[in-house]
Amino acid sequence: MNLILNIPFFSIFLAMFGGIVTVLIKKGDNARRLHMTITSITAVLSFILLLYTYYGRQRFTFMMGHFPAPWGNELKAGPLEAMFALLFSVVMFLSIGGGKLLIKKDVLPEKQGFYFIIMNMIFGSMLALIYTNDLFTAYVFIEINTICSCALIMAKDSGNSIIATIHYLIMSLLGSGFILFSIALLYSITGQLLMPQLKESVTLLLQSGRYNFQLTIIVALFTIGIAIKSALFPFHTMLPGAYDSANTSSSAVLSGLVLKSYIILLIKVYYCVFTIDMIRSMRISNLLFFLGLCGMVAGSLMALKERRIKRELAYSSVAQIGYIYMGIGLGSDLGIEAAVLHIIAHALAKSLLFIVVGRMKDVSLSQDYNHCLKCAAHKDPVAGIGFLVGTFSIIGVPLFAGFASKLYLSIASFISPVKMAAALIIIAASMILNAMYFIPPTVDIWSPVHVGDGNYGPRAKMSKSFVMACVAFIAINFFVGINYKYIVHIVELGIQLMG
Amino acid sequence: MLKFLTENHYEAGAIILFGIGFLNLLLQDNLIKKFIGLNIMDTAVYLFLVAQGYIVGHTAPIAQAGEAALATKFVNPIPSGLVLTGIVVSVSVTAFSLALVLRLYKKYKTLSLDAVLELLKEDKEDESNP
Repeated sequence: MNLILNIPFFSIFLAMFGGIVTVLIKKGDNARRLHMTITSITAVLSFILLLYTYYGRQRFTFMMGHFPAPWGNELKAGPLEAMFALLFSVVMFLSIGGGKLLIKKDVLPEKQGFYFIIMNMIFGSMLALIYTNDLFTAYVFIEINTICSCALIMAKDSGNSIIATIHYLIMSLLGSGFILFSIALLYSITGQLLMPQLKESVTLLLQSGRYNFQLTIIVALFTIGIAIKSALFPFHTMLPGAYDSANTSSSAVLSGLVLKSYIILLIKVYYCVFTIDMIRSMRISNLLFFLGLCGMVAGSLMALKERRIKRELAYSSVAQIGYIYMGIGLGSDLGIEAAVLHIIAHALAKSLLFIVVGRMKDVSLSQDYNHCLKCAAHKDPVAGIGFLVGTFSIIGVPLFAGFASKLYLSIASFISPVKMAAALIIIAASMILNAMYFIPPTVDIWSPVHVGDGNYGPRAKMSKSFVMACVAFIAINFFVGINYKYIVHIVELGIQLMG
Repeated sequence: MLKFLTENHYEAGAIILFGIGFLNLLLQDNLIKKFIGLNIMDTAVYLFLVAQGYIVGHTAPIAQAGEAALATKFVNPIPSGLVLTGIVVSVSVTAFSLALVLRLYKKYKTLSLDAVLELLKEDKEDESNP
């Protein structure tokens, strides 16, 4: 048997097993090492899987326990899934590596083991959401993701973090309720839960003309559920408090990866259960397009008003999630491809920004409410450069990852004159707003503050793990920004094989 | 309309329950009541799912010794299996939520969300105006 076909299952199993084994590890450092080993092994395996599926031009099914459909549970892997697994492993590895010192500082020593149990579980559940071919399994892992996300937010154990966790939990559970209800309704009219069988039943139902209204309601409920969980405007209210009160690595993982894992599931359901034409004919894509555009502007405006840097980054995430939904809302393969590209670009840039901001808050002269970043780039120049690279990528400056995705989103909007006009105007406005809200913190961190005898204090002690993670993030951002055509090929093939 | 509702009374009941739970989750100020609302919402979905698998006159899918296991005699077991999984998820989420509420209560001595938010606001003002 071809061992490569076991990689999807093995990756999920390894992360889940790592979570269980971590219970036995007492020292936080050892738990972190185990977690980073698991993510690096998964990254290597996912890269092998990506090469195998890309050059073999195939998407294969892995039967769990070798029970055939419709009795057994299945995983499915193609180039797109493998690429996401690789991205998630790399970003997870670098987020933990870059925030190593702050995890030690923020999380109580006796609770650091628990922190890495949660990190392993959330990593496993995100991989399961990427690979699963079964809707109910997806629901179960959505709930695991929710509980783990909340545990990560409250790892600091302050009053703010508990309130933020409760807010996040309530919103997430509301989303889960909608998703579960839509799955129950879909099961009631099709009698299936595996995606290929669901697709056959849905196609037959649509051809018969029966249940058209019910199918629209099901798609709407599922989409709203995912939109709430992935913080699409106006369901974004949980993000600022959560990211502000969470630990740096938690914020990087939550913003860069967890939100995206739900959107990846949505794209999979649109292709593997329904078709993108069905979504367009049900007008759900128009709703997503509209909410995406609103999110792009509203998120940027709220970020512009914000003075706390982590809350500003959270609002910036709301705007960038708007870009992704705008791409999905275009209702075409090209739009989805652009949205996928933006998922990758945002995961790389936003995780870098959270890691860098955490470091700068740690080394800056003042922990004051409004000016906590003053002079921070002089204290740690690597963090300052990382901040610049992250902001350039989010704004969409050429040579950075964000440029490629925004270019493709603009090209994809040519599908209809109305959508093109709306998308191009809003993309331009949002890019200007992005630049506007990133200018004040950039000026703040590079402004020299003279202390006492005229110096701005000694440079902070170098953190090797932070420098390595930051440099790797910067290099990957450049790599994706320059070689985006390779990634576009993979995304195109992945989408083609899913449809 | 009334005939439709009586014929599909499980589904109608489930949708009404879902609405009650949803409103509780959104409108209640007391955190415990909020999470009770959430549980009602989940229960509504489970009722809906189980109703999909129930066939009048059929029995639980457990074959007696010496009897042929005929699918025509039994209700559909898959929705029941799904509901069992759902209940496990729901119990975990409820336990986690109540643990959070307990922690918040220990810190602020109230279960009212508005009161906690007010206290947090005061804390922030104190921090910014030392």
